[in-house]
Amino acid sequence: MRRALRWLMAVCVVVATSTAVYAADLRPLVQALGSGGYSGTEKALVQLSEAGDPAAVPVIEALQAGDLYVRKADGTVVIARKAGDAFTLTDPLTRAALGDAPAAAVEKIRINNSLRRAISASLGALTLMSSDAGVRRSAADAVFKSRDASALETLTAAIAKEQDKGVRAAMEQARAAILLTGEAASKMTDAEIQAATDTLTARGDRDALVLLNMVAGSGASDTTKRSAAAAVSTLEQKLAFWAALQNLWYGLSLGSVLLLAAIGLAVTFGVMGVINMAHGEMVMIGAYTTFLVQEFFRAHAPGLFDLSILVALPAAFLVSGGVGIVIERSVIRWLYGRPLETLLATWGLSLALQQAVRSIFGPTNREVGAPSWMSGAFELGGLTITYGRLWIVIFAFAVFAALLVALKRTWFGLSIRAVTQNRPMANAMGIRTARVDALTFGLGSGIAGLAGVALSQIDNVSPNLGQGYILDSFMVVVFGGVGNLWGTLVGALTLGTMNKFLEPYAGAVLGKILVLIFIILFIQRRPRGLFALKGRAVEV
Amino acid sequence: MLLRFFLMGLDRKAGIVLTILAILAVAVPVMTLWVPADSPFHLSVFTVSLLGKYLCFALLALALDLVWGYCGILSLGHAAFFAIGGYAMGMYLMRQIGPRGVYGNPVLPDFMVFLNWKELPWYWLGFDQFWFAAIMVLVVPGALAFAFGWFAFRSRVTGVYLSIITQALTFALLLAFFRNDMGFGGNNGLTDFKDILGYDIQADTTRVALFVATVAALALSYMIASGVIASKLGKVLVALRDAESRVRFMGYDTESYKLFAWTLSACMAGVAGALYVPQVGIINPSEFAPASSIEAVIWVAVGGRGTLAGAILGAVLVNMGKSYFTGALPELWLFALGGLFVAVTLFLPKGLLGLGGQLKAKLPGRKTAALPNVQPANHTADQKGA
Repeated sequence: MRRALRWLMAVCVVVATSTAVYAADLRPLVQALGSGGYSGTEKALVQLSEAGDPAAVPVIEALQAGDLYVRKADGTVVIARKAGDAFTLTDPLTRAALGDAPAAAVEKIRINNSLRRAISASLGALTLMSSDAGVRRSAADAVFKSRDASALETLTAAIAKEQDKGVRAAMEQARAAILLTGEAASKMTDAEIQAATDTLTARGDRDALVLLNMVAGSGASDTTKRSAAAAVSTLEQKLAFWAALQNLWYGLSLGSVLLLAAIGLAVTFGVMGVINMAHGEMVMIGAYTTFLVQEFFRAHAPGLFDLSILVALPAAFLVSGGVGIVIERSVIRWLYGRPLETLLATWGLSLALQQAVRSIFGPTNREVGAPSWMSGAFELGGLTITYGRLWIVIFAFAVFAALLVALKRTWFGLSIRAVTQNRPMANAMGIRTARVDALTFGLGSGIAGLAGVALSQIDNVSPNLGQGYILDSFMVVVFGGVGNLWGTLVGALTLGTMNKFLEPYAGAVLGKILVLIFIILFIQRRPRGLFALKGRAVEV
Repeated sequence: MLLRFFLMGLDRKAGIVLTILAILAVAVPVMTLWVPADSPFHLSVFTVSLLGKYLCFALLALALDLVWGYCGILSLGHAAFFAIGGYAMGMYLMRQIGPRGVYGNPVLPDFMVFLNWKELPWYWLGFDQFWFAAIMVLVVPGALAFAFGWFAFRSRVTGVYLSIITQALTFALLLAFFRNDMGFGGNNGLTDFKDILGYDIQADTTRVALFVATVAALALSYMIASGVIASKLGKVLVALRDAESRVRFMGYDTESYKLFAWTLSACMAGVAGALYVPQVGIINPSEFAPASSIEAVIWVAVGGRGTLAGAILGAVLVNMGKSYFTGALPELWLFALGGLFVAVTLFLPKGLLGLGGQLKAKLPGRKTAALPNVQPANHTADQKGA
């Protein structure tokens, strides 16, 4: 009871003087920690926390860790850390170095159990009362985790004073956690218990569920148990819902990666009928272009680094597209109408391209940085969404839309479709089919280059980058139906989502195997994919 | 009856192939075991194992040529059958280790002891008997191929689609065999073999015997394959390679013909794998890698698709090149292999064995004379999607 009173006092003092105390005023209090044995230390500690200055926190933490010493020569209190035989001394408040001292020259400030309790209480109080909302928030979270009953009074006082809504919610959750698990629960009325469980249910995460489960299993009274059990089932439903939503998001995210990788192939394979096994290497070249652009920015304009990705996009499109046009003109144009031979020749090209990149850039991973607007994450309800993934999803859909417009609404797209559908007739109408072939292949390769820019953000940029995506891309295109862009979109998203929903049950590898088996069986049912071309186009 | 079947396939080309194989089967043991080590004609055991490895690949290429060259099924997953045959043999060799493993468990292989398994999984039972393993070498790849082909051919999955799902098959198996809980040694595969049929697997005589067994298997498979092709069944196969729908319209059950050749080919690939494993001393999931299946296709293409002998020649030449390059100029190997793929498809559509015919056709006045018996490549255009 006496301690409780003292705490109340401490809180009053803190409320009254919270900003009026400066580091300089703490000095005598810190000094007092080192004299008078246990009781002297405790007295100084109480005064220190009454002062309510966050600057005291590191000092008290040092005391807790046993790093606080008294220098025997002049009785100064210092932080000492062992370095070899000697101790390195620093000033506890200013962190200024005070040189080294032999072990015999300093004496540890000892602490006992009662002091330990006082220390953690005063730490909690100081941080809960800190002027920084972030510190208060993490203090509240720490209390939620420790459920230390001694922090209850401080917490109550802090809640009364708290202005920030988010921090207050966190504090109330911490308070509810202490109330429900501690001895206090037996003395609470039903309404209070209900309020506490409601607070925890509102928190709605896995920690709250664990806590409520614990209360439901071993609560102090039947009312508590019942109320907690009800809360558990509500919470479990809610969590299952968010988990499904999170899986959906992961699926969408993986699906958009697959879409990006496959969409260029949908042009070369789907529209032109060319089996381009070097497609993955076009992606890889796009990723290395990103690396080179970033190197350029790092060397010449580090301030504009955030813009490097925007420059890398057109650069990768042009480089990969250019390589694609060269490949088409030199190899593929001799092999039209012989898809299996094309497959072998482009596989050979992919090996040579991989080795070329390995010889130039080395076999190790190259580091591609993320611009600041692509790093970090935000929370949406129970979802955690990283900005990088979000941008990739947006980018994938943007590329898809742009390609759709290019094929359906431009003159270039018109000639591509004309050449695909009836080559001699298109030729007779004055379309230069050879040039359209080259440009179409360049377009497909260029889009693969764009995919490379995006994938460089989430994958290792190495010569083998493309190999990992080639098989998946073919699966997506074949599953969706060759010659149909919408099929590719649906195929990518379906396979991505399926993969992510299988993963929690089957594990990542088995999930992938199941998806592959599914595709193999699916092709048996619909040998031409999800959206098969109908009519004469199939036979010609 | 059986004799007539084998004799039917014997033409001049087959005579040459079988003669070369017979010479190898006699000369190599003599040069290794009886010619003194300081003689220039002495072959080291290392070389013998290397040659044996090439011939295993040649057998795989032969199997692939049977389906690709004569049925028009481009399998990009034949290494899967090869690897499964290899695993069946590897399981037998693992069981032969007995209590000589690191953990000394008389029944369980080391990796199972390491993973804390208490008893042998059911699919390992019986592999302590050689005859059982030998049957499994044929049956497991054959059954997998039969099931896969039964579905695929019946649904008329052809051409590129079939090639891509064979890739999916081998990739799925690759991932599956990487898993530790599959009970096939996971990442590390099966290795550290001690003996085969009671003979020390490292001994020179065993190595030579394995080589001779490989030569015999290759010769037998060659005779079976050329017998099949010379038979009436072979004519139907070639016909459906060139125009599948026409053959179907004439009343042939094309699926069954394809399924027969496909299953036979998978069994041959399994035997190749089974002979490969004791000679290299290890089998691990990387044999399932999609890239190794595609590499096998290039062996066939280099030698000459649809010639059988060309597949053997291509496999041996490309692998000798690989041994040389990866040792002497490792940087250049992938360039060489990649360039080979491109050059063969662009300039040598009939492979090395077709080179003579190709040159003759270029000579003025002899344009019609030199077209070899059957050549598929461009004809598949009439069944588009292929």
